[in-house]
Amino acid sequence: MSAMRLQITGLEVSFGQRKVVQLAELGLAEAEIVGLAGDSGSGKSMTTLAVLGLAHTVGATVRGSIRLGGTELTTLPARDWRNVRGRRIAAIFQSPAMAFSPVFRVGSVVHRALRLHGMTRAEAGDAAARAMRQVLLSPGLLHRYPSQLSGGQLQRVAIALALALRAEVLLADEPTSALDVTVQAEVLELLRELRDRDGMSVLFISHDLAVVAELCDRVAIMQDGRIVEQGPTSQVVTAPTSPYTAELLAAVPRLRAGGAP
Amino acid sequence: MIEAPSPLPPAAAVLPAGRALRRGLRANPLLLAGAATSALIVLAALLAPLLASFPADAGTATHPFLVLHAPSARHWFGTDNVGRDVYSRVLYGARVSPLIAVIVLVIACVIGIPLGVAAGYFGGWLDEAIMRVTDIFLAFPPLLLALALAAVLPTSLTSVVIAVSVTWWPWYTRLIRGQAASVAGRPYIESCRALGLSRLRIIARHVLPNSLTPLIVQVSLDVGGVILTVSALSFLGLGAQDPTPDWGLMVAEGQNYFTTAWWVVTFPGLAILVTAFAFTLLGDGLRDLLDPRRDFGR
Amino acid sequence: MTPLLEVADLAVRFGPVRAVDGVSLRVDRGPFGLGLVGESGSGKSTIGRAVLHLVGTAGGQIRFEGADVATLRGRALKAYRRAAQIVFQDPDNSLDPRMRIAASVAEPLVAHRLLARRAAAGRAAELLAEVGLDPGFAARYPHQLSGGQRQRAAIARALSVQPRLLVLDEPTSALDVKAQARILALIAQLRAGRKLSYLLITHNLGIVSELCEQTAVLYLGRIVESGPTSALLGAPAHPYTQALRSAVPEVHVAARTTRIILPGEPPDAASPPPGCVFHPRCPLAIDRCRAEVPALRSPGPGSPGRLVACHRAEEMLAGLNPAAQR
Repeated sequence: MSAMRLQITGLEVSFGQRKVVQLAELGLAEAEIVGLAGDSGSGKSMTTLAVLGLAHTVGATVRGSIRLGGTELTTLPARDWRNVRGRRIAAIFQSPAMAFSPVFRVGSVVHRALRLHGMTRAEAGDAAARAMRQVLLSPGLLHRYPSQLSGGQLQRVAIALALALRAEVLLADEPTSALDVTVQAEVLELLRELRDRDGMSVLFISHDLAVVAELCDRVAIMQDGRIVEQGPTSQVVTAPTSPYTAELLAAVPRLRAGGAP
Repeated sequence: MIEAPSPLPPAAAVLPAGRALRRGLRANPLLLAGAATSALIVLAALLAPLLASFPADAGTATHPFLVLHAPSARHWFGTDNVGRDVYSRVLYGARVSPLIAVIVLVIACVIGIPLGVAAGYFGGWLDEAIMRVTDIFLAFPPLLLALALAAVLPTSLTSVVIAVSVTWWPWYTRLIRGQAASVAGRPYIESCRALGLSRLRIIARHVLPNSLTPLIVQVSLDVGGVILTVSALSFLGLGAQDPTPDWGLMVAEGQNYFTTAWWVVTFPGLAILVTAFAFTLLGDGLRDLLDPRRDFGR
Repeated sequence: MTPLLEVADLAVRFGPVRAVDGVSLRVDRGPFGLGLVGESGSGKSTIGRAVLHLVGTAGGQIRFEGADVATLRGRALKAYRRAAQIVFQDPDNSLDPRMRIAASVAEPLVAHRLLARRAAAGRAAELLAEVGLDPGFAARYPHQLSGGQRQRAAIARALSVQPRLLVLDEPTSALDVKAQARILALIAQLRAGRKLSYLLITHNLGIVSELCEQTAVLYLGRIVESGPTSALLGAPAHPYTQALRSAVPEVHVAARTTRIILPGEPPDAASPPPGCVFHPRCPLAIDRCRAEVPALRSPGPGSPGRLVACHRAEEMLAGLNPAAQR
């Protein structure tokens, strides 16, 4: 268990008396993609906020343990979060356009983040260019404004930033739900490649079990704040033990070549 | 499943009635405070002849031996530079200044809102035409424009009301136009067009109610501003003239005595402040009450 | 019998951008579903709006039950407005936030004087029941409903005027998977119950395969392939259709096909590339594709009802795999 990059144990997130997340155990190893799947309202997003140490900003209280390597996050003082959030845990979200201020070139956002985390100007430039190539983008795109890039490109820049910072864990909250299918396929391919080549660990949060099934090594199904089923992806999707999982699977529109209605 | 169709609730944005209104008010103490203060001002205006200690002082009376007396048991707010009771004049002023403000703002809205909605909803050349005209009005400093207009018109309160209204509406046209243009692009308006609803209906039932909120707030914030603008014109000799107990005019005239007789300026000034504040609260509260997204403990 | 809707050579321009360029479609009388599939910028939503007369056209014809929609005036236009309806993607903004649900649903009936206010209220309740909304929602405001519930209410409003054609513009793409499945089931139910025809606009091939007999695939404002849905998905004749199909995530390993990743981004519609507009990203592009615009044509007698705009369609159908080309 100590080999886990991220280990969540007995996590409870609550608003007053109401417990919205009761997560017994969830681990994320090196070079592993773990899916967290469920409906809206299942507690996925609150779990994300808790891992990023932001749950209190929406008025929730967090109990239990979230360990990142050797660091306990639930009791981490605010000033130490600066070295964790964005650096050791990077996050990408559904709407990449929201993550970049429209008045700055994307490169300046990336540079500032790298400088903030202790790189010199030259190091930051090198790291940014290298990371851009890693996500199959031309470093020249760094000189553009967010409006000049497509949603898929912006999402890849966000991933590049995580790479440049050598984040231990990438938290991906519905990163492809707003993208076109072919672009979604590209981003999924990229995440898979980063796992295999760079040993990146990804916690992938999505409501779409088909996407989760394609990408993730293991999957945890969440309902009403609890994990109702957890295991290797192929096992969960072929032989679900929870009726809720079966329901989610049935909801995925199937591509039937022979199927006129 | 359909045995008892519920009666259709009223459409569009209307004030909630009965219980809902009471619940809304209870959840909204600011609105209550604003409404209460406004009611007090109206009451003061109506009952001024009964409440004023020297009703004649609101008119032409002067008292050469009572000039600039400090507040006392007899003259609660002191007396002014011709010996009139400031308290009585402030009370009677409630009949003048707030009324002028309301008339100016109503005229500005009557001109500004239809033009703004038309520009925002229809766009194109109509938008261009309307907005260029407002630009011309907005290019002049408002006070200067009002001054010029008031100077051309015969010297009277009516002229000042017209002059200030004319400088005021373009701001509302602008505000409403932006809102209406954004609302016009929303899917529910497109759905109305697809359903073949008449333009009039779409504008009156959907575009206007959904564009009005920022205007309501702006108008309520403007009450104080209008009172001061009108008083500036009065001060320059263009609007209300001396015996009229206009608060703005009283402040303007009292300024000369501020160092020796602070009360002449202070009490009418406070009256303006309280009025402006009451309307601001009223506007804020009204906005919340009109917003269906506010749940009044439903 | 004349089809319900026939679109011929439709063109829509926004300034220099050719949003829709020479699109022809046909929607049969209900129950019938035509899927319009494409990604952002493909012009699929613009086609839906053009059919409803919500955007101006720069060319072509839209015929509804044989009558040219552009020439409709007065009474006839009003009648068309009731015969064809639209449901939008964004459930957050498809209902007036200041109107209660029942009022929104009843509004078209009252405004068109189809029913008196009282009767309209009763009808609204029936419509809400038909789309599976509890009568308790009638007095609520849109923000008090979930996305899926709002989408149901929007469908009820569109159905209030008894349309024969429904344009469904990405009706489920803003919903989570379970809400999406319920809305799709509702569409299937309305199709059977009301003998409804619809134009289903989506980027999700899975949805089309469940609900549409015919499908047209759009790229940069043009149809690249159309035909019976099952044949089109079973053996794509255009490499773009193939790429779209391979990009659909599948739960089960057995159902997955080799993924084709398209390089680059769709070109700017204001200055489309010469030749086939898809050639800069096409894994099968040859010199001919860079020079000659492929016409939309039948790929051969073995594929009845299919049309494709690709110089190499025959090779595609014969089993040429774009994935193997890279």
